[in-house]
Amino acid sequence: MDQAEATEKIVTALKKKKGKTKFYFNDLAKILGEKPRVAKKLINKMIEDEVLEYWSSGSTSLYGLKGTGKQAEAEHEE
Amino acid sequence: MAKHETPLLDQLETGPWPSFVTDIKREAESRAKNERNIEYQIPQDCCDDLLGVLELSFKHGRTHWKHGGIVGVFGYGGGVIGRYCDQPEMFPGVAHFHTMRVSQPAGKFYTTKYLEEICDLWERRGSGLTNMHGSTGDIIFLGTTTPQLEEVFWELGHNLNQDLGGSGSNLRTPSDCIGQARCEWSCFDTQDICHDLTNEYQDELHRPAFPYKFKFKFDGCPNCCVASIARADLAFVGTWRDDIKIDQEAVQGYVNGEFPPNGGSHAGRDWGPFDIQKEVIDLCPTGCMRYEDGKLEINTPECYRCMHCINVMPRALRIGDDRGCSIFAGAKAPILDGAQMGSLIVPFIKVEAPYDEIKETVIEPIWDWWMEEGKNRERLGELMKRQGFQKLLEVTGFKPDPRMVQEPRTNPYIFWKEDEVPGGFDRDINEFRKYHQR
Ligand code: SF4
Ligand code: SF4
Repeated sequence: MDQAEATEKIVTALKKKKGKTKFYFNDLAKILGEKPRVAKKLINKMIEDEVLEYWSSGSTSLYGLKGTGKQAEAEHEE
Repeated sequence: MAKHETPLLDQLETGPWPSFVTDIKREAESRAKNERNIEYQIPQDCCDDLLGVLELSFKHGRTHWKHGGIVGVFGYGGGVIGRYCDQPEMFPGVAHFHTMRVSQPAGKFYTTKYLEEICDLWERRGSGLTNMHGSTGDIIFLGTTTPQLEEVFWELGHNLNQDLGGSGSNLRTPSDCIGQARCEWSCFDTQDICHDLTNEYQDELHRPAFPYKFKFKFDGCPNCCVASIARADLAFVGTWRDDIKIDQEAVQGYVNGEFPPNGGSHAGRDWGPFDIQKEVIDLCPTGCMRYEDGKLEINTPECYRCMHCINVMPRALRIGDDRGCSIFAGAKAPILDGAQMGSLIVPFIKVEAPYDEIKETVIEPIWDWWMEEGKNRERLGELMKRQGFQKLLEVTGFKPDPRMVQEPRTNPYIFWKEDEVPGGFDRDINEFRKYHQR
């Protein structure tokens, strides 16, 4: 899968998820249908291109589309 | 005069131990005076507001910090932990108060110059409060604002030759004991392998793609000064295969009271004259030592290198010469949901640069398995429990070994598989009946 196709897949899939803005790495790898190591390369590039951004609680890391992550969600407030 | 009244915190200072409250107050005072004319880049009274919000939390019995956040330095998914206060009007000095994790030098060796430099940097661009060190080993910088993150990162990288550590679902900053630099018991160069793996696995350290955190820790011997066996997903514990070296003359020296046992520690009380039988031989967990006619003997195949006798008589007993490490997988020390000790996966392996065997036969196959099979927020130790130790052996290709079993009839997770048994599981009943009556 090339980068453009991967980015397209992720953006479309994440936009569809209503009310959810933060995703585990595994969720993204599943969307891409790739093994973790391959998925990681593609996802890193999406971070670099500022399509995705990281969210961290300190112990866990999540990913979201840049600019959509609301802090409120972390506190389980829809 | 303190900015906020803090009667509940003040109480914490009345106990017999040093108090973090006193430390924060001291820093608040020093910032207020600013005798060195520092150009503070974050609110000068942040430490006062930190005390204020903590007092409020005690009063309410609940935290006033929000959970996590979207902050970081560009390209890094770890090393910065977003902390936002949920009462920013009352405590503007800590409205954002992010934590930065800074990779500690291997073995935590510092020069005073370097310590001063990192403290100066943090005084200027952060709260001045540090935690030396976090449980992973990092230097923890406590509290700064979002715009300062990139600035601190730039100065660390360019002026102090230092990097951020790991946080989140990353490889965490590898940590090691002081090792061969100062300790004669170190069976391998803990600092070298710690540094090597830190550099090798930069991508794993900074770009989170694991199901959860992952820790490496390196202890030069089974004394485990960095507690690797209790806390690291992969613990490397130094060991040796040959005999403990015995200097019989020095043994006599201990027996005659010439040398203080235990290197002179526990000396706060008079324990009476040293008794080698009671203090060493009888305490050997495997019962493999004997002291007769003034001669000490150790039955090496039975010794499991617990370090007890060496710790008591360091001048007389020395670690063997055929050195390497044992590797344990799956330890964790979480606050919730049960701590777990590491399970032995590699009984003995040589630890030699460039460490390819360790990387290729242990670390990477384990990561591949955990990355594919681990559930979100599942530590390696939990995956091992869920899928079984045998699965771990399968993915790494290590053979089951009696040393992986704690005692007979425990760890019943190593089973024969059909293709390992000659003839499989089907048997010829007629052949069987030749030997066994109905
Ligand atoms: S773990 Fe062993 S080798 Fe390392 S510092 Fe402690 S006693 Fe020395
Ligand atoms: S290291 Fe431990 S097991 Fe080995 S001889 Fe000494 S006390 Fe016994």
